[in-house]
Amino acid sequence: MVGFASLPVLARFPATRDVPWVNLLLFGTGLALLFVGLRRAFVQPKQYRGKIAGPILGALSTVIVALFCFLVFYQTRQLPVSTGAPKVGEKAPEFVLSDTRNQPVSLSSLLSTPFTNTQMPPKGVVLVFYRGYW
Amino acid sequence: MSRDLCRKAGYTFTFLSDPKAEVIRRYDLLHPGAGVKGQDIARPAEFLVDSSGVIRWANLTEDYRVRARPDQLIEQAGELK
Repeated sequence: MVGFASLPVLARFPATRDVPWVNLLLFGTGLALLFVGLRRAFVQPKQYRGKIAGPILGALSTVIVALFCFLVFYQTRQLPVSTGAPKVGEKAPEFVLSDTRNQPVSLSSLLSTPFTNTQMPPKGVVLVFYRGYW
Repeated sequence: MSRDLCRKAGYTFTFLSDPKAEVIRRYDLLHPGAGVKGQDIARPAEFLVDSSGVIRWANLTEDYRVRARPDQLIEQAGELK
């Protein structure tokens, strides 16, 4: 459970976000404890009979771990192939889009408009395409 | 809405809107139906374009949790003249 809840915190650090090894470690520990608990319950059935919370929580934890693994290792890699995307060495396709003040901005203007402080045009432009919609 | 987001987050870079996903399509970055409500969105990608308009570096991540980091971009930008 801690493994799942700590995701938003750990996602901020590149070392733990790219491969969520801390979360996996926590999940692994949880599953190990679950296994120990189950073994103990089967070895000493008289002591543990009638205690239903254990199996329920155990099943829930297993489902959460499975869901986490599915999301992290499969779901986030489901991306289109994008073979038509411009490659290194090609010209970036020109475009005109509106900025936050509804003013048209073109790629060529971004590349040629000098900075006000240095009066020099930029050496380049970084285009970042976000995943998302708002 | 983008204006509010930029103001709240304090972004100083140019923030553009592509409501019909025209530029997204032009760059072949469309991810159909992947939005929260099933909208078409872009798959994440970063491009470094030099002053002549030529692409010098492209990052089309295979896993949308993993994006280019600022230090990676700065290193690439340092190569531009």
